[in-house]
Amino acid sequence: MAVLITESTRILIQGMSGRIGQFHAADMIRHGTRVVGGVTPGRGGETLLDRPLFNTVREAVAATGADASLIFVPPPFAADAIMEAADAGIRTAVCVTDGIPAQDMMKVKRFLRRYPAERKMRLIGPNCAGVISPGIGFMGIMPPHIYMPGRVGIVGRSGTLGYEAASQMKDLGIGVSTSVGIGGDPINGSSFRDILELFEADPGTDAVMLIGEIGGPQEAEAAAFARDRMTKPVVAYIAGLSAPKGRKMGHAGAIISAFGESAQEKVEILSAAGITVAPNPSAMGETMAQVLNLRKVA
Amino acid sequence: MDIHEYQAKEILARFGVPVPRGGLAYSPEQAEFRARELGGQAWVVKAQIHSGGRGAAGGVRLCRSAHEVRDFAAQLFGRQLVTRQTGPAGKAVYRVWVEEASDIARELYLGFVLDRKSERIMIVASAHGGMEIEDLAERDPASLRRMTIDPATGLIDFQARELAFSLGLSGGQVAQMVATLRACYRAFRDLDATMVEINPLAVTGTGDLAALDAKMSFDTNALFRQPAIAELRDRSQEDPRESAAADHGLAYVGLDGDIGCIINGAGLAMATMDMIKLAGGEPANFLDIGGGASPERVVRAFRTVLADGNVRVILVNIFAGINRCDWVAEGVVQACREVGLAVPVVVRLAGTNAEEGRRILQSSGLPLVTAGTLADAAARAVAARLRPAA
Repeated sequence: MAVLITESTRILIQGMSGRIGQFHAADMIRHGTRVVGGVTPGRGGETLLDRPLFNTVREAVAATGADASLIFVPPPFAADAIMEAADAGIRTAVCVTDGIPAQDMMKVKRFLRRYPAERKMRLIGPNCAGVISPGIGFMGIMPPHIYMPGRVGIVGRSGTLGYEAASQMKDLGIGVSTSVGIGGDPINGSSFRDILELFEADPGTDAVMLIGEIGGPQEAEAAAFARDRMTKPVVAYIAGLSAPKGRKMGHAGAIISAFGESAQEKVEILSAAGITVAPNPSAMGETMAQVLNLRKVA
Repeated sequence: MDIHEYQAKEILARFGVPVPRGGLAYSPEQAEFRARELGGQAWVVKAQIHSGGRGAAGGVRLCRSAHEVRDFAAQLFGRQLVTRQTGPAGKAVYRVWVEEASDIARELYLGFVLDRKSERIMIVASAHGGMEIEDLAERDPASLRRMTIDPATGLIDFQARELAFSLGLSGGQVAQMVATLRACYRAFRDLDATMVEINPLAVTGTGDLAALDAKMSFDTNALFRQPAIAELRDRSQEDPRESAAADHGLAYVGLDGDIGCIINGAGLAMATMDMIKLAGGEPANFLDIGGGASPERVVRAFRTVLADGNVRVILVNIFAGINRCDWVAEGVVQACREVGLAVPVVVRLAGTNAEEGRRILQSSGLPLVTAGTLADAAARAVAARLRPAA
């Protein structure tokens, strides 16, 4: 088992005909991901990578039975594309787009709330590397060969730091159930807590690696959830111990602006909640190995 | 993106915020002219730089004659004003704002921010203004009022009234406060702001409200639809290395250490900097080279990092997903040939085409230090730095 992408997931790609969309769609298909079609307004009826293109998400869902969508639409139009997916009945959308205006994301989050729970869309991202369930498929831009199938879930803001964790674990023989990039923007679709909840409920996941960074309240919220509601162990790493206050570190959300948002404060909050924090980014794999071994002995 | 106080006041006034009369000057003579034009007995002369804390840094003065206005402006122009927010280099004063002096009875604090927790625009207000919000939060946290705005309804009048009464306003001031709050909210929403701050928002001797200082920041991701705001960008207030790097699509932040960093991905960049610190070194910069790093981009990154004279070693750490290590390796080789190997270069490549990348580095014949892991890369960079440059 895995979360978000399973054997039955049927995936659409919004913006598949663009240069980036086409490149990654081809990569996903090559690695066996079940891509059922693409959406590009005005190109409906054409075929691309042996998949049908549609003008609207609604048509695509009706014709293909798609339940997930990967969004490669440029920033000015990305919020529109996300809301279109939600209204067409897509259950899981992953938005890779970097540079969406913050107020557009406020509007998107408000829009998603208008649907009842049973048909509400889960959004991952934006500004993220995507989601991969190794051996099953992926939606995003990650290099699939660095992931080994297994039973540890990964959730992180940064794409490349997630790759780093997966490859450290692979070197130690630890595989991944699903790896989820929640993205580096200040307002994002799913929080650390949302993904921890999925991993806790997933019988195919035994432990979770959480990779946070400076800025924002989501790590603290995740710490409280892990303490109060989780039975599975969580290992964490927080990037940005050397980051100065008030300077934005690449991600729009990576800026220390309030109390509790520095790396040191987040490490303290996570540790206090009983989460094992890796002492440095090179020890993410080892720390997970130690926690899993302790678990076996116990 | 930040703008100047006078620009924020002009924008907010257009939306209906009460602002004292004033004028902008680019020279001491213009400042004197502005004072005479405004008339009256006293003027506040304010250095326009992108920073708070200007008053404490000597950038603001109450002047009682037009001559005094000119003399003080003459002291400000061209000066690097160092505030607690600018860092030791300070920021250059090229514009001065001359404003009619206000008779202040009370000072309030009013701020609008994007609140990440509620994912809404939040109003922060206090009956005690004048000092920085950080100090206020520390010294008088009980005085802070917070209120979030539902994007579906916008700010509702009863919310604004509640806030006005809770700040101790009465009579006509309440209506003025409601109008001010609505104006700030509309400016924030319509112009894709990330922050609006009026501090102090004064109650004058006549009982009216007046925004004596104003700050606005804008969402750079939204500038494509805010051309009038994009025009307000003032490069003289930016770190020249950071803005040059941004022009080439590189996210760069200059720091104080001597280990230059070239990394893909913001998270991995921060993690690498943490690793350098643990290994006993100090990073000279944050640099995210981004996805799709072509050899040309790598060369540009080398030039950006080496523009900092403190750099004594460069650490390249790439975990390629969409990137390709062979391209990055070609870029490193090209950069070393073009820019010269003034300092040692440590390279760690992982992910897509890493083997091929390492082969390119080896066959180049350049004395590059290669590293296998993140920890190894940081340790080698710290060690290489200690050796005198070849």
